[in-house]
Amino acid sequence: MLIGERKILRLEKIANEIREDIIAMLLAAGSGHSAGPLGMADVFTALYFHVANINPKNVRDEKRDRIFLSNGHICPVWYATLAHAGFFPRTELKTLRKLNSRLQGHPHFGSLPGIENTGGPLGQGLSQAVGAALALRLNKFRSRVFCLMSDGEQEEGQTFEAVMSAGKYRLNNLVAIMDRNNIQIDGPTEEIMPLEPLSDKYRAFNWHVIEVDGHNIRSIVDACDEARSIIEKPTLILAHTTPGKGVDFMENDYEWHGKPPTKEEARRALQQLRTLGGRITSEHE
Amino acid sequence: MNKILNPQLFSKNVELVPTRNGYGDGVVDAGRLNENVVVLCCDLSESTRSLAFARAFPNRFFEMGVAEQNMAGVAAGMATVGKIPFITSYAVFSPGRNWDQIRVSICYSNLNVKIVGAHAGLTVGPDGATHQALEDVAIMRVLPNMVVLSPCDAHEARRAVCAAARHVGPVYIRLYREKSPIITRANAPFEIGRAYVVREGSDVTIIASGPLVYEALLAAEQLRKRGIEAEVINCPTIKPLDEKTILKSVQKTGAVITVEEHQIAGGLFGAIAEFLSRTNPVPILPIGVRDTFGESGEPAELLTKYGLRAADVVRAALILLK
Repeated sequence: MLIGERKILRLEKIANEIREDIIAMLLAAGSGHSAGPLGMADVFTALYFHVANINPKNVRDEKRDRIFLSNGHICPVWYATLAHAGFFPRTELKTLRKLNSRLQGHPHFGSLPGIENTGGPLGQGLSQAVGAALALRLNKFRSRVFCLMSDGEQEEGQTFEAVMSAGKYRLNNLVAIMDRNNIQIDGPTEEIMPLEPLSDKYRAFNWHVIEVDGHNIRSIVDACDEARSIIEKPTLILAHTTPGKGVDFMENDYEWHGKPPTKEEARRALQQLRTLGGRITSEHE
Repeated sequence: MNKILNPQLFSKNVELVPTRNGYGDGVVDAGRLNENVVVLCCDLSESTRSLAFARAFPNRFFEMGVAEQNMAGVAAGMATVGKIPFITSYAVFSPGRNWDQIRVSICYSNLNVKIVGAHAGLTVGPDGATHQALEDVAIMRVLPNMVVLSPCDAHEARRAVCAAARHVGPVYIRLYREKSPIITRANAPFEIGRAYVVREGSDVTIIASGPLVYEALLAAEQLRKRGIEAEVINCPTIKPLDEKTILKSVQKTGAVITVEEHQIAGGLFGAIAEFLSRTNPVPILPIGVRDTFGESGEPAELLTKYGLRAADVVRAALILLK
């Protein structure tokens, strides 16, 4: 679906608001992951506010597109996006990780409108997405399945079991989007367990691969459109992202993979997001 | 009682059929009744008997290759769209190798996936310990939302598969490779959560699950000759337990023997002991594998060596009632 300049500007503004919510949520929770959620705010915004056929007023529509999250630990961005899109009240975001909350530390299918799969232990989401894509095709629905995943979880054997099966079944209704931010908990991915050449690996398993700047909303939207035209293969969108995007002291620092900001750090982060919003959105223009 | 047992059970020509054949027939039945039933298999479609379904409904059969973790996750994804997937492999691989996927992707989401673990127990025989699942009931039983079924013969396996297809939620069904006696009639009753008294008695309750129900019944016959009347309960649903039937019998007999082709830790003995210890504590002796791996051998030889025969049940009863 083509996208105009004005809509891009509007989506960039939403993505920045989602980042602000993420910081506020993590501060209130006192635990959780910072870098991944900030890095994926643009992708989530593009999917929920433009690309995917999903209606928060009819969350059980059987012909809806599905958005699955494999690396469940970045769920603050999923929750914040869903709240912005109207799936549940934004006020509920501050219950993240608290007792009796619907916003579990890792997402739970069935707890919260819009959450389509349970995820957390890495490597499970792509298999689930393959299953949903197979079942939707069996039903002769034209729905698509988007599976968001991390680069670190490419180290899980199950990921490539799923990659192989998606290639076998030529799942053209499956789009995997990998958050290629190059960090994992213990350090840079290429030091922990080298993943490259990622594109070649997926192509070898009969996938179509598109590389994009994961902070450029037009590129993300265009890649999702291109995937629709690939009829004989599943598509991987390799989204190059900056972990911690929008908060300078979090960007590209693996130390921020798995911790929340302190009160002072959150204040500085919010100040940057609010005052430097214009710079973030103009960076790729 | 006679409505349940095969009248030819104690004849020399009792029919012998593997429980996995009952699954093969049952899943085709379920597939006819509900077009949402689909079957996934990991390169073992002939020996798990999923092949029957693949032939009947080729579009609803998915060959997943040797990748059990992916199979469990794919089934979970299918279930989110309303399918009723049966995932099939050997029990040592599924649920042996994909427990985390069953826990997180299936059980935590309470998805409608049926896990069929074939070739369970020592009676896998010559393949040896790597292929003899003796822990599967334990690892499935501890998962919230999971139902655990261990049918005693091919007829009961067929009924269990149909009941599992109707039940909404995850179910584990344990199957065996070896031919075993047809214990029940084809039209015997079956409900998830029900245990069946297959022989009445007042001195000791023998609770058995799987094809070893036959050994339990043989033991009851031998005990009768010694003046001991054993009540035998076939317990095809290990979770949730039929507490009412078990309690009623135990309040009458005051002594229990459990019989299973599984580690005594965490299986049927575990389930019964956990239940009775908090409701009606009585002496219980387990017949099962005692914290050891199996080995290669003929099925009958293995049952004898590891103490799972009628004679072992008789011995346990005599100790218990001394």
